[in-house]
This record gives sequence, structure tokens and C-alpha cells, in this order.
Amino acid sequence: MPIMWRSFMPNLPVNSVHIRIDGNDVAVRPGISVAAALLTEGYRSWRTTRGQQQPRGIFCGIGACFDCLVILNGQPNVRACMTTVEPGDEIATQEGTGHV
Amino acid sequence: MTNSFDAIVVGAGVVGASCAHYLVEAGLSVAVVDRGSVAAGTTGAGEGNILVSDKEPGPELDLALLSQRLWTELIDVIGPAIELEPKGGLAVGYEQHTFDHLRAFATEQAACGVVATPVTGADLLELEPNLNPEAAGGVFYPQDMQTQPMLAAAHLIARGVRMGRITLHTNANVVAIPRDARGAVTGVETTTQTLQAPLVVNAAGTWGGEIAALAGVNVPILPRRGFILVTEPLPVIVNRKVYSAEYVANVASDDAALQTAAVVEGTHSGTILIGASRERVGFDRTLDWTVVQRLAQQALQLFPRLAQASLLRTYGGFRPYCPDHLPVIGPDARVPGLMHACGHEGAGVGLSAATGFLIAQAAIGVSPLLSLAPFAAERFDAHHVAVVHA
Repeated sequence: MPIMWRSFMPNLPVNSVHIRIDGNDVAVRPGISVAAALLTEGYRSWRTTRGQQQPRGIFCGIGACFDCLVILNGQPNVRACMTTVEPGDEIATQEGTGHV
Repeated sequence: MTNSFDAIVVGAGVVGASCAHYLVEAGLSVAVVDRGSVAAGTTGAGEGNILVSDKEPGPELDLALLSQRLWTELIDVIGPAIELEPKGGLAVGYEQHTFDHLRAFATEQAACGVVATPVTGADLLELEPNLNPEAAGGVFYPQDMQTQPMLAAAHLIARGVRMGRITLHTNANVVAIPRDARGAVTGVETTTQTLQAPLVVNAAGTWGGEIAALAGVNVPILPRRGFILVTEPLPVIVNRKVYSAEYVANVASDDAALQTAAVVEGTHSGTILIGASRERVGFDRTLDWTVVQRLAQQALQLFPRLAQASLLRTYGGFRPYCPDHLPVIGPDARVPGLMHACGHEGAGVGLSAATGFLIAQAAIGVSPLLSLAPFAAERFDAHHVAVVHA
């Protein structure tokens, strides 16, 4: 089924952007958000809350709720839903504030 | 539901909430009316300062010292939910001459009951390890505290509601303050109903002048805009409420132009709040990037480590100020039954406890703990002659 789909959609982007998630090399479609990349790779949550260490991932998806925070290229508290993946991005799951 | 009360408080900010709280403590039934929701105005735009450190000797400092004592009692009544932290304040002077000025100011304050300790060198860095080590010195004020002002307002009102002594009317805009044949207030008319009470407390903050006008009197309160920056949540790097020496001068200034001075403090949730700007631009809410840049630069001067922190957002609001920078508190001699509790500028959260306490004393005819003469609404009338109490 995926192969047939692609044959009717010749311009569908291929997984050409190479990034790393928690140290693992993955390739995702260009132009998608960091949150989309994480979801594509099977992540449901990618940070824990500061007080109770509860899992958090995508919630509002439009930059308002600050739930989907992630460490991007060493910078903690980046909103995964508002950030487009770039080649070579290092994405890391975050615990608490993400700061030492 | 009855529409008749012993008192009506107009304004569900922290000042109105405190008035309602102490009126209930004095045995009165209270309606709290707000055109929006609880803490929707200046209270919701504040930092939650309970400060004695930024007040010069005079009536406002006396009010602040009384308020500071009352807040320490309120924590026992209301509980930990209001995030009251007796963390102390630290005023910092970079240059030797600003530190000298701070110390002289602290000596004057100490004569009025303020606890103020000059600190330098290793002692300063022990109080605040991430402070810029180039600072000449600081003065530590252990009486300074911080609260979360929206929670404080909400919990003060909620307690009275649970007791069945406060009725809360939100989204109810006061459109008239009717008066009887002898000129005394009889309650308020909102967009939806008429509420009756022999006492109306004007706790409408920056909009207190409009409420006073409905009762036919002049109370000149104008907005003084301020913005606050909010960082991402961080591990604790700021222990006290820390501000630069220029902040005190800005608070007391009459300049209409933009003034900024760093005020930096951590919150329960881990975010760091960076204030404080002051400018007189009416009710214009437009975000000014010059303000954001200046506040950020000044905060970095105090805490260079903040350079690694991201800003999440800004918020802003309007401090209610009077021409002489003193609030308006107490019965209005021109209108029987009308009291004012507004115009606290940027100190409303801190001064709210004493304000509510004094309003309640006046409401039941007890001689007030502090003279209300400096706070009288009539002081702005052209023909008013100040009564000096010996």
C-alpha cells in the first residue's frame, strides 16, 4: 500500500533530512517540525515535568502550551511543534528544566 | 439569593480581595464585584512584591511595615497555596557611590523599623552566589517577601465564599453608584443587577477614578505602564528578590519617559521574572522592544549567568498612580458610605493587607492603627487644607 501510494504521488518528499534523536541516526521528510519527526519515530513523550517527572509530548501543537519542550542542539526548552528540522539536528529528550 | 449586603467591594484584585477578607473578619457580609474575573487587571500583571526596602520614610513605609506584619499572619490563615516566600530583598549598587547612597538610605529606613543590613564581598556572594562579583555592595532586607498575586487574591476571596460571607460577582461592570436623599451611597448598579449596601469600597485600582466619578467625586488615578520578562524554568540561580539601586529612584520619580531598572526574582515554578519598567503612555498595551532589550541587558548586568536563559514571554499592565505617589485609602468625606482603596501604584500587592485591615477598621468605627490623613481622597481638591496630626 505505501508503495502504490508513492507511485501516484511522485513528488511526495522522501526522508532526506538526516538528524539524530537521542544519539540514533534517523532520516525524516524535509520541512516537518521536530515534533513531527519525534512522532514519526514513535515517540509519544519526550520530556518530563519539573515537579512530578510526568511524561509530556505534543499537546496544543501551535506553540501556546509549552508542553512539547525538547533539547535541540544542546539548547533546552525548545518548542518541538514550532521548530522545523534541519539537517544535522541533534534532538535529545529532556528531563525537568533541561538545565544542569 | 439576597442582593443586600453590609459592604460591596468594587474590584476583585488583591486589594479588593484583602478588603473583603478583613471586612469578613470584622463580621460584615460582603459582595465583591468585578467587571472581569478575579485578578484580571493590575494584580494579574504584577510580580507579587511585598516590599519595605523600596520605600522612603513616610506614610507609605508605615503602611508597608504594617502590611508586612499582616502578610506573615495571612499565611497562617490562607495557607501555602499563595506561594508566599519570606525570601528577603537585596538592593545592589555597582559603583561605590551608589552603594554609599544605598547605605545612607538604609540608615534612614532603619530608624523607622526596617531591618536593613549592608553586605559586601564574600558575604554578598554567599547571599547571592550568581550575582555579578563586580558589584560594590548591597543592602539585605530580610522583611521583603514575594507572593503569587493572582493566587493571593483568589484564595482570600475563596475563603470568604466558602464561609458564606463573600458573594462574588464577576463579569459585572458597575455602571452607577446610587445615592439617597442625604447623599449617602446605597449600593451599586451593575450591567445585570442592583446590589444594596450602606458601604461601597472602591478597589478598582487603575480604574478607581472612574468608580469615584460614578459617585460624583474626583480621585485622580492614572496608569503607569510596566512590562515584565519571563525566562524559561531554570534551576535556582536567584535566591532573593534582587534589584539595582536605580530601582528606588525610579519608583519615586515623576518622569513620564521610559525608566527601567533591573528587578530579578525566581518563582515557585522555576521561571525568573525580570522587571521593571515604568512609563506614562496612557492605556497603550503595545509591546515595546526597547523595553524588552533594556530590561534584559540590565538583568544580565546583575546576573551574567542569565545569558544562557531563554525568554518565554513578556507581560505588562498598568500601575495605578496618584500625583503624590501615595494610595487613596479610607472613607471619602464628601460621600457618606464611600471608601477608597486604590492608587497603590506598583506596591498594591504588598500594601493590600494593611489597606484591607484599615478599611475594615474604618468600616466598624474602630480608630485606625495608622492615620488615614495622608491617604485621604480629598487631598487632591483645590480647597483642601491638610489636617496635620501631631
